Amino acid sequence: MPTKKEPIWIARELSKCSGCRKCEIACSLFHENRIWPEASRIRVFMLVPGTEFPHFCAQCEDYPCVQVCPTKALSISKKTGAVLVKTKDCIACGKCIDACPGRISHMHPTENRIIICDLCRGNPQCVKVCQEGGWNVLKIVPRKDQAYRLYARTPEEITRDLATKMYGEQGKEYV
Amino acid sequence: MILGYAGKFLEVDLSTGNIKDIKFDDDILREYVGGRGLATKILWERLGSKWETVDTLGPENILLFLTGPLTGFFPGARICVSGKSPQSNGVVGSTVAGEFGVELKCAGYDGIIVTGEAERPVYLFVKDSDVEVRDASHVWGKDAKQTVALLTEECRGLLKERFPRYGEWKEPAMLYIGPAGENKVRTAVVVTKWTHAAGYGGYGAVMGSKRLKAVVVKGTGPLPEVADMEKVKQLTQAVCEDIYESELWRRWGTGSAGYEVGAKTSSEPVRNWQEEWHDEKSYGVDKFENRVWIKPYWGDFGCPTTCLKIAMVKTGKFKGAITDNPDYELQAYLGTNLGIFTPEENVFLASLIDDLGLCGIQTGNSLGFVAELFQRGILTKEDLNGLEPKWGDAEAFASLARKIAFREGIGDLLAEGTYRAALKIGEMKNVDVLRCAVQCKGIGIGAHGIRSGKDYPINISYACSVQGGDHTSTACLPLDDSRSELVMIFHDSAVYCYFNIFGIPRKLKFEFYKAVTALELTQEEWCNTKALRILQLQRAMLLLGGPDLKWNPKIHDTNPPRFYEPLPSGPYKGKTVDKAKVEEDKRRYYKAVGWDKNGVPKSEILRKLGLKDVDRALEKLRH
Repeated sequence: MPTKKEPIWIARELSKCSGCRKCEIACSLFHENRIWPEASRIRVFMLVPGTEFPHFCAQCEDYPCVQVCPTKALSISKKTGAVLVKTKDCIACGKCIDACPGRISHMHPTENRIIICDLCRGNPQCVKVCQEGGWNVLKIVPRKDQAYRLYARTPEEITRDLATKMYGEQGKEYV
Repeated sequence: MILGYAGKFLEVDLSTGNIKDIKFDDDILREYVGGRGLATKILWERLGSKWETVDTLGPENILLFLTGPLTGFFPGARICVSGKSPQSNGVVGSTVAGEFGVELKCAGYDGIIVTGEAERPVYLFVKDSDVEVRDASHVWGKDAKQTVALLTEECRGLLKERFPRYGEWKEPAMLYIGPAGENKVRTAVVVTKWTHAAGYGGYGAVMGSKRLKAVVVKGTGPLPEVADMEKVKQLTQAVCEDIYESELWRRWGTGSAGYEVGAKTSSEPVRNWQEEWHDEKSYGVDKFENRVWIKPYWGDFGCPTTCLKIAMVKTGKFKGAITDNPDYELQAYLGTNLGIFTPEENVFLASLIDDLGLCGIQTGNSLGFVAELFQRGILTKEDLNGLEPKWGDAEAFASLARKIAFREGIGDLLAEGTYRAALKIGEMKNVDVLRCAVQCKGIGIGAHGIRSGKDYPINISYACSVQGGDHTSTACLPLDDSRSELVMIFHDSAVYCYFNIFGIPRKLKFEFYKAVTALELTQEEWCNTKALRILQLQRAMLLLGGPDLKWNPKIHDTNPPRFYEPLPSGPYKGKTVDKAKVEEDKRRYYKAVGWDKNGVPKSEILRKLGLKDVDRALEKLRH
């Protein structure tokens, strides 16, 4: 386990996801004190049954979302490496979504601002519940100089890949 | 307003296109809770006075999709589907796992009430408080996988178009029917996520009769406010930790029963219940796990168990078939009950049943029934459109299942379900074939037999149940036994998965209920008043029945004749059910629930529970 001082990353093995959505429950309870799937910073997509996977910020090496933010509402946490949103500066323009190779972040469902995984200030709740349940889709590792942005893919792209892995040729019919 | 509820229900009249929000008084929600309980109340209020004349497949019937206060909070979310059942003519609370109930509550609704019937195929699209009835002609006739793909794409497209700056939209949740529901097959199911079905009751046929192909919901709000979120979190943790200790329950789901029930307790249907035992080791859960499971843990919202798995056949002529586990019920009914003992053939049939939108249990029951009549020479190749359903012939059974879903040839008759088909075949052939029909009150019996006495159901479990052959809701004494349907009515009314409560103290569910709603409730109060009231209403509507069938408790509060034949094989060979003991236990049960010697709820209990109008309605049934 990395110490709390160094930046972390959440390693992910998408094809093991059971679709239980405990990560969404934990995330929304932590950030909103409600069970609120649409306000969760980690969202489990299930565009095709069986291809459930958690979709959340990969903290790309070059942080394209932070670079395009016109109001500088986005910044990088030195402590954790997470993208932080300065709520009052966000104008909900959506430029960060377009800049994200995986179109991962989305608007808060009731407030006019973007929401992005903040790694729960270094103690990600999603990882905790995923490990407690023994699914181990998510795991905390120290952040290193690696190609994290490979995990920033659109839901459609990930779904197509997982459907192929799960169902072979037939996978195409279901997407 | 009671906490834990979204606070309103959506009512859609498909005949007029009228859409409105309605509310129920707190008193009603306190007494009937939600799901099965509330369904019973709504149906009695709206249809009770004319119950016997309501055609279950006509516009008068009401189709209900109801959550409960614990939906989304208690681990393992479900939704309850109900209405007047085309199988029993009573009320069945048919629950199915998935995200639908959660999306619905997040959209601000506790349930959907559908009345009337549409002129042409439609689906309902709910996005928070925006509700529209949309054309479904392009998905009418499509199977499960096509329907999910087409409607997911279409509705995500609508969301994208309407909210272009939101970001990527997750899939909405969906309940839909397959071709069987469209063709008003009485054993058609309401389905979600390809394989999860609200099976008992036959509500797929009701949906089809209303020309409602699907209901699609996206809710963007939070789940409703609760009384004590810290307590909810703490109780959730207790439930989950208990489950996490049950490694094999999580790994195998109900799959291990395919061998446990078949070989050890000897209570699994084999060749239409002619036997209840097999020693086929090819049918152990390890064979499923190692040969066909491609996803070992598959779960629905908030579930710690993830008892479901995804199976896909990788070799042979059934290559490419995909379904879930199959769970124990389908391993039995689309396996052993048809003389099939290989995972691949079983997965193939379960996959087909999913695609057609048929109930695996009820269809397997009817297929086994037909195969036995064929075995006995009562039905011939000519009667069966050239098909020869021999035990173990998966392809012949698949052909019959397709005929049922499309109501072709002999399938049209079998689409009426085992009991109704038996009446007709008996008439046609002038033979009593009811002795081969393993059902109770129009509902094929779940795959847990009672002859060996080693499984959980007892001799009156099915005979006295208000949901007939349903293996999840069984009659039992004492009334607060964990197997009693009075307890099950709580799970089905608060609407969560009872597979997550096996190891926890029985009072925990009421603590959970209090943490969500702030309402005090004990098992004693529940069983003696609220659940008992719901049970009486279900019993009343079941006995009123009609218009095509009515039940007479003297004749129909009994086990299928097969259960009185001795077991011909296995460790409990020779064991059977004692008829005199059934009569005796029935009398004890009637007394405990306040029914007279003919099985009709007495005035005394009905008046005590505040059901005067039910008392008056039942007067004509008392002799």
